[in-house]
Amino acid sequence: MKNFGFSSIKPRVIDYDKNNRTVLDYIMEHEPSFALCIGCGGCAATCSAARFTDMSLRKINILLKRGENDEVRRLINKCMLCGKCTLVCPRGVNTRNVIFLTQQAFKKLDNYAV
Amino acid sequence: MPEKQDEHIVIVGAGTAGCTAAGQLAREGYRISLIEKESKPGGKVNNWYQLFPDRRKSEEVLKYLLGEIDNPLINISLNTDIDSIIKEKKKFLVTTTHGELLPADAILLATGFDLFNPERKEEYGYGIYDDVITSVELEDKFHSGAILTSKGVPPKRVGIVHCVGSRDEKVGNFHCSKVCCVTAVKQAIEIREMLPGTEVFCFYMDMRMFGPYYEELYREAQEKWGVNFIRGKVSEASENIEGRLLIKVEDTLAGRPLKMQVDLLVLMIGIENSLSGKRIAEDLDLKIGINGFFSVLDNHYGNNLSNMEGVFFAGTCTAAMNITDTISHARAAVVEIDSYLKSQKKEVEV
Ligand code: SF4
Ligand code: SF4
Ligand code: SF4
Repeated sequence: MKNFGFSSIKPRVIDYDKNNRTVLDYIMEHEPSFALCIGCGGCAATCSAARFTDMSLRKINILLKRGENDEVRRLINKCMLCGKCTLVCPRGVNTRNVIFLTQQAFKKLDNYAV
Repeated sequence: MPEKQDEHIVIVGAGTAGCTAAGQLAREGYRISLIEKESKPGGKVNNWYQLFPDRRKSEEVLKYLLGEIDNPLINISLNTDIDSIIKEKKKFLVTTTHGELLPADAILLATGFDLFNPERKEEYGYGIYDDVITSVELEDKFHSGAILTSKGVPPKRVGIVHCVGSRDEKVGNFHCSKVCCVTAVKQAIEIREMLPGTEVFCFYMDMRMFGPYYEELYREAQEKWGVNFIRGKVSEASENIEGRLLIKVEDTLAGRPLKMQVDLLVLMIGIENSLSGKRIAEDLDLKIGINGFFSVLDNHYGNNLSNMEGVFFAGTCTAAMNITDTISHARAAVVEIDSYLKSQKKEVEV
């Protein structure tokens, strides 16, 4: 196809009914503590990766719950799986495992190469 | 048994506060006239199916309140409102809408609250779309044993909107109604319990789980019942071609707008000072606070006292309160009234 230099602008609206939440379902099945996240941002505050990149685990958690997987894919690879986030979470979410499962789910369900 | 007192007290409102105070004052030996505008006592407790945070049946608390006023010293008048209250020296003369004249040594206002009329928030479509209902109407559905939409089917997805008529300058209410966050959580759980296949979403500005076991209930809603919480104030609801409700909100934690279809939208309506209470305030020149409720003499140690000697407050006519706090507040009012009347007696004796 010829490229005329146009691109369509992706709407910023999260369309909940159109989004696909199979990644979320996979996480919930294997790490039920994910339900307890309240989006406080403690994890993102302590995250070493967040100091140098736009990585925010708090944001990833929310986006996963809405089925905004493209953005999650872009962000999640910046995690170094150090586990500091798990230490601070006031709701006892096993955040490190959430990241791990997310990457796994992408591989499995999407056949996406991490 | 304490000795019988000569003094007569008029209590306006036979809800949680009024019944609690009436019962306790009668046990102290005072004669009570309890005035209630509705056809039965119990006030807003009558609206509930189950109570937060423990989801006990509201009937249990109602039974307690009715037990409190089952006392020969309490004379209750139902379907009755206050026509006027006149103060002469230290005494009051209360006229009811039935023309009764009641002399009183003290007045306790336990006039409670009115629910916010959600038609004032037109953007949520209450009164326009059949599947936009209030938290009180949802309790009625729980009572009836079935949660159905206007189409007669169980909803697949329910949205719950927090802060309807509270914390909203647009309707002139700055205050937080305090009890609606936990009500939302309780009702979300009840929906999930009755309809396990139904998704429930709470749209909140802040989760204000101030009371004992409230935060725990919030956790339970997430962990055990899979209730979803989205931080953001719903801006509007509209009906699409299929007759489903489309809501718009900013998912503030994602920093992006979000749209979603729901089959039932439940509005957590806030509470305001009652109209009947405000009329009495005007009549007696009682001060009203910026929140529209009765202004108490001191926020910390005089929150049963009004700016008029002999007039006392109990319960939600002074501020939003849960049942537990209302009962405590009413019991505290009893102590204030009792010591006031005893001090009056001493003055006379001297
Ligand atoms: S495990 Fe990943 S998200 Fe958590 S603190 Fe470490 S780098 Fe950040
Ligand atoms: S610290 Fe825990 S509760 Fe807070 S945003 Fe991160 S995962 Fe969620
Ligand atoms: S208790 Fe919650 S829903 Fe009610 S007014 Fe306060 S913040 Fe809003």
